[in-house]
Amino acid sequence: MAEFSTPTTEQEFDANFAQIKPLMSNTEALYESSRCLFCFDAPCIKACPSGIDIPQFIRQINTGNPTGAAKTIYEANYFGNACGKVCPTEVLCEGACVYNLNEQKPIEIGRLQSHATRKVIDSGHKLFGPGPANGRKVAVIGAGPAGISAACELRALGYEVDVFEARAQPSGLTLYGVAPYKITNAETLAEMDYLEQQFGYRVRYNQRISRREELQALEDTYDAIFLGIGLGATNALLLPGEERQNCVGAVEFIEQLRIGHQQVQVGKKVVVLGGGNTAMDAASESARMGAQDVVLAYRRGKDEMGAYEFEYDLAKAVGVKGLFNVAPVEIVGNGKVEGVRFIRTATVDGQVQAVPGSEFVEPCDMVIKATGQAKQTGFLHLIPGLQLDGKGRIVADARTGQTSNPKYFASGDALNGGAEVVNAAAEAKQTARGIHAFLSGN
Amino acid sequence: MPDLSINFAGIKSPNPFWLASAPPTNSGYQVMKAFDAGWGGAVWKTLGVPVVNVSSRYGGVNYRDKRLIGFNNIELISDRPLADNLREIEEVKKRFPHHAVIASLMVQSRQEWHDIVRDVTNAGADGIELNFGCPHGMCERGMGSAVGQEPEVLRTIVEWVMEVARIPVIVKLTPNISDVTEPARAARAGGADAISLINTIQSIVGVDLDLFAPYPIVDGKGTNGGYCGPAVKPIALNMVKNCAQDPDVRLPISGIGGIENWRDAVEHILLGASSVQVCTAAMHFGFGIIREMTAGLEQYMTEKGFHTIYDFVGKALPNVKHWEDLNLKYKVTASINEDKCIGCQLCYTACEDGAHQAIRLQEGTRTPAIIEENCVGCNLCSLVCPVEQCITMERTDDGTQHRTWKERTAADDIPVTFNDERAGGLHHWVPAPAAALGKERHKTLPGKARALGSPQDAVASKATDVLSAS
Repeated sequence: MAEFSTPTTEQEFDANFAQIKPLMSNTEALYESSRCLFCFDAPCIKACPSGIDIPQFIRQINTGNPTGAAKTIYEANYFGNACGKVCPTEVLCEGACVYNLNEQKPIEIGRLQSHATRKVIDSGHKLFGPGPANGRKVAVIGAGPAGISAACELRALGYEVDVFEARAQPSGLTLYGVAPYKITNAETLAEMDYLEQQFGYRVRYNQRISRREELQALEDTYDAIFLGIGLGATNALLLPGEERQNCVGAVEFIEQLRIGHQQVQVGKKVVVLGGGNTAMDAASESARMGAQDVVLAYRRGKDEMGAYEFEYDLAKAVGVKGLFNVAPVEIVGNGKVEGVRFIRTATVDGQVQAVPGSEFVEPCDMVIKATGQAKQTGFLHLIPGLQLDGKGRIVADARTGQTSNPKYFASGDALNGGAEVVNAAAEAKQTARGIHAFLSGN
Repeated sequence: MPDLSINFAGIKSPNPFWLASAPPTNSGYQVMKAFDAGWGGAVWKTLGVPVVNVSSRYGGVNYRDKRLIGFNNIELISDRPLADNLREIEEVKKRFPHHAVIASLMVQSRQEWHDIVRDVTNAGADGIELNFGCPHGMCERGMGSAVGQEPEVLRTIVEWVMEVARIPVIVKLTPNISDVTEPARAARAGGADAISLINTIQSIVGVDLDLFAPYPIVDGKGTNGGYCGPAVKPIALNMVKNCAQDPDVRLPISGIGGIENWRDAVEHILLGASSVQVCTAAMHFGFGIIREMTAGLEQYMTEKGFHTIYDFVGKALPNVKHWEDLNLKYKVTASINEDKCIGCQLCYTACEDGAHQAIRLQEGTRTPAIIEENCVGCNLCSLVCPVEQCITMERTDDGTQHRTWKERTAADDIPVTFNDERAGGLHHWVPAPAAALGKERHKTLPGKARALGSPQDAVASKATDVLSAS
């Protein structure tokens, strides 16, 4: 394999992680927007979790009104630029484009969207501002897509908003968890600055809320508390040898990569455990960081992977090899990872069963576990009366986002168990209105 | 192999494709290059007393990503000395003796006309075209379209020219007139050998939204130009037809207006043109387009069994009638091919908002359905449908009946009072006006945004909305 040499400079890193949805020039945007049919009751809108009026903004781009286009986008989704770049558009808006049914290329909606939003972000042209102050205060825990979207909407509704963020920078997984070839740090943060400047919420960085007393203080100070806390660390496999050096969680690996870029070391041969989109990202990223071999190991068959097909295609395109119907038994090695002992599996009546006597060791010097993220149940149990479902997800009213503790509202991964940036942004906007309805008594 | 050659009022040309008098025929260099590429003839950039031009001369009309579907210019006639042009005409004719070189002329006095006609004849031109069409600049000085709009003046000048002309004379007509057959008849009365049309249409192709000035802008100002390009073809075709059908014109017609491929040329020919002239397409794409034009024309003629151009000149004219002669009993109904439909629903919204509410949406599918009893057969849905042959118009009358407005008038069978029972739409169902307001899906807000309630509904949005407030 080794299509990519290990990057040693920022330039080499950027080249290895070239954007898969690069910025459209004005000319390209004109040509692409010209193709839009302006469907009635357009399927792309229905496929968008945030319901952006896509034909409208495409038409606005086409008529030389990119500012109006950006306004249409941001009215529906405060993460308009990020979503244009990181959304799985292949299965959302672009997947719904009627051109697919005519075996024509669908409109590149994501790239058109970011084309318009980047223009207003770069120009600093303000589209919105805070509403008249209504004297009420809301605390937002977590500055990810859910938290920031809720903060924007609440500010538009006239609330004073303080955001408490454990990390040093905003936007959550958009900055810390998305593959670097989907969006750059600079453009992620530029959108965050753009929003903060318009809406004027306050973000307290490096302020992890983790104790009951801290929650109590928020409860005493604020009229409502929005939980946009997302998920926690990668689930432990509970396998022997998991503690060995170079056996890491995918979420943690990707976070390091987003912040450290070329400073991050990957092994020569990497085994990624898992079949979801995060596994695909981690595998692609390992290859682009110069790993000579990357093996994606999944305990079921290829067709049963949770990852989107286009994500697997992306990984295959950079040389990642699939190893299916295998379950890890042990991480072998001597201090450092030297391999993964697998056992072959068969799916019988929908159940994965080990095939006795089929154990083998796949040698490697790095293991990335992409086996799901844990829920932050320990923290959530500090909130009196907060109900969680059997999977540790917050239970809340589907329309208002209000939890079983009426002062608390929630959106995003902590509520839905883990979805896209666009889902969190859309849910949070709705929940902000739920908070408004609750506090204004209608 | 069909024969593409023509003999147009005595002007011989290896094919019917001529470059129109315009910037592409400004010099011998360009005309030789065009002949070398395959053009059959060229009408030289109009000669007269050399002009002085402005900088910033052309303006364009773009449609979405398509450039120059319309084009205009404020350039005047040749700004080069006559002697230079004559020398180059001579050189071109020596090198290309079988190609057609037509000298376009525009001068004022009788003496000037006599002199210049003799000069271009001596230079070897195969014919002369009188420019009575230019609608900008020259008309302010009493030439160009100022002549074309005054049939009596036009006739007088044609007579002056015919006093000395020894080669065929074509009169080029302006479309900036209510009835183009009037100057066409005047040209015939004056003794002209042929007509050519249309010259450009007076136009403003656009206004700069920041400078508040029309394109093309000359130091902050602009003027009307002459409009041409693909957008003008329908106007040109109608005027060519009008002249071709007029029993008092009866002159060979050189068709001009929006021709950029073989199909456009065939359309002009089917409506009566026996040569065609091209300018904008050559200015846009260069002389190389001639290969597609001749190849397409040849293939068309082969497939239709036409041996010469004259086998189909005017072949569509018998089918161009007055409205009152059309069969009112003919009926077509739209039909949607469900296998081809991609569900854009443009047909639905077009019919619903722009026609006769004869298409409905169906539960469980995005493919709309035709309400046949409401369909008047207007064609709109088939015109907006983006998929080839997905919506077709099928004939639904039995083809046995024929009744025209003229016949109904003669039979005293037409509506004559405001509420006449013979009103064509009397029994056509239309929804009650207030039914329009209950159509949730007609609102422009997208589905999910509506379901969630717009943020603008939730708050006094005017204050938060910086863009619309400013």
